[in-house]
Amino acid sequence: MSDPILGVKNLSVYYGESQAVKHVNLGFKDKSVTAVIGPSGCGKSTLLRALNRMNDFIPNVRIEGEVKYRNQNIYGKSMDPAEVRRRIGMVFQKPNPFPKTIYKNIIWGPKINGYKFDPDELVEKSLKGAALWKEVKDRLHDSALALSGGQQQRLCIARAIAMSPEVILMDEPCSALDPKSTLSIEELIGEMRKNYCIVIVTHNMQQAGRVSDDTAFFYNGDLIEFGATKKIFTNPDNSQTEDYITGRFG
Amino acid sequence: MTPLSKALDQGFKYLLLALVLITLIVTVSVIVLLTKESSGFFSQVPLGEFLFGKEWTPLLEPKSFGVLPLVNGTFMIVFGAIGMALPAGLFVATYLNEYATDRTRSYIKPALEVLAGIPTVVYGFFALTFVTPILKTMFPEIQIFNAASGAIVVAIMVLPMIASLVDDGFRSVPRALREGAYGLGANSVEVITQVVIPAAGTRITAAVVLAISRAIGETMAVTLAAGATPKITANPLESIQTMTAYIVQVTSGDVQAGGIEYQTVYVVGALLFVITFMMNVIGNIVLSKPVMEAR
Ligand SMILES: Nc1ncnc2c1ncn2[C@@H]1O[C@H](COP(=O)(O)OP(=O)(O)OP(=O)(O)O)[C@@H](O)[C@H]1O
Ligand SMILES: [Mg+2]
Repeated sequence: MSDPILGVKNLSVYYGESQAVKHVNLGFKDKSVTAVIGPSGCGKSTLLRALNRMNDFIPNVRIEGEVKYRNQNIYGKSMDPAEVRRRIGMVFQKPNPFPKTIYKNIIWGPKINGYKFDPDELVEKSLKGAALWKEVKDRLHDSALALSGGQQQRLCIARAIAMSPEVILMDEPCSALDPKSTLSIEELIGEMRKNYCIVIVTHNMQQAGRVSDDTAFFYNGDLIEFGATKKIFTNPDNSQTEDYITGRFG
Repeated sequence: MTPLSKALDQGFKYLLLALVLITLIVTVSVIVLLTKESSGFFSQVPLGEFLFGKEWTPLLEPKSFGVLPLVNGTFMIVFGAIGMALPAGLFVATYLNEYATDRTRSYIKPALEVLAGIPTVVYGFFALTFVTPILKTMFPEIQIFNAASGAIVVAIMVLPMIASLVDDGFRSVPRALREGAYGLGANSVEVITQVVIPAAGTRITAAVVLAISRAIGETMAVTLAAGATPKITANPLESIQTMTAYIVQVTSGDVQAGGIEYQTVYVVGALLFVITFMMNVIGNIVLSKPVMEAR
């Protein structure tokens, strides 16, 4: 086990007057998967988006506390938010490939950021990394929109991987997918775990149990319990956690 | 339903039907009229001479019926105006969409609509008394009537329409797409130019096509601003004449009905009709294309 590569210190996020994340302290370890669970509206997405400054685009959002990536506060004055997002990638709930070819979807990020790379190589590597290569290698120059939902989501993962980030944030990445596509994404996360720090928000308890090393349970903006997934799922310290996991939530 | 409301309902239906019929009748009569008068014209002037002739002097001896100078004048105004209005419209729409707060937006949108509601003769006057003098300080050799000031005011006239349609186009681009791009470390210029504008591409093209139709048909402003000198030129500082301005010139003069001079109005009108009609067809084809293409 390694030290957290990404962590939040006393983090609070407000939308106007209402507080969606409340004084949270949490660390995400490198080369491991952390699941974030909790009932709808408890602040999971808000927390996740605070981790790579995606909340910057929402008016009236206010952040207090710190998000530390490799010991630097990503909200620090000298921080370039675009640089933060290059290092900390994101996969969204609904697959959102660009209306371009599969090929161009992959190289777009590295290109605009001025990376030096061999495009063919990068496309192949990223698609392999997202377990999509075999399915699309003969139609790299077709529109990404012609792919199935599950394939589109893996393309979005490939697109994130192409930036060679260290952290990948996933907000309910399977919620718009069928069971088979969900399974393939879960297997993919299992593979990616070797190379990345992954934070995944999910409503699916089995999924959290299957893919994650650690689990954080949120309720109403508070971090209620955080620990090894095994422990959280078999023997949680907090009764609220237990109620939620066993589906007895009121 | 009471008998009264039923009668009203029926009456309303027939009223609507009558309105539809009137529209149809008007359109058909216009086409019939244009065709009839044009065929009279073409019995005296060959089609080729009209379409490809480089002299337009139907009111002077020796008469000459080559329409290209008028087409040249019209397209100078059109390309000049769209060339200015499209970039400006993209900027306005970008500002409205990506930077303006809801409050600022609520001021700018109505302001644009006011711009669109100004009578076009006022624009012509504005061009003559305001735009041309300013241009003269920069280009002393400019003529009083000139294509440049015409193009500028037509650009101002079509700007609200372009800005508003492009704005709608930008709004139709899902937020998820922008977030995907920002999530890859893009800045806002990259997101707008490489994601939002391409994704709104069909809408932008449709806006341009509509704006071109509008600019081609624009009459009073260009009559006042650009002059009545049909000629083939690329110099915007000179006086030119557009197809519409020619029609104004003849119909407001004392040309005898029935003569060939008079028929020229219809034949130029028919050409205008064909060009605008083609623009609308192109616009519809563009809009009916599947939303996104691959490359
Ligand atoms: N853009 C916004 N403006 C104002 N309030 C918001 C906004 N987004 C979320 N909220 C509020 O913040 C709280 C947390 O929302 P968040 O989306 O983080 O929840 P979540 O745990 O991701 O829920 P879900 O499981 O339904 O996705 C909710 O009460 C929500 O109503
Ligand atoms: Mg959420």
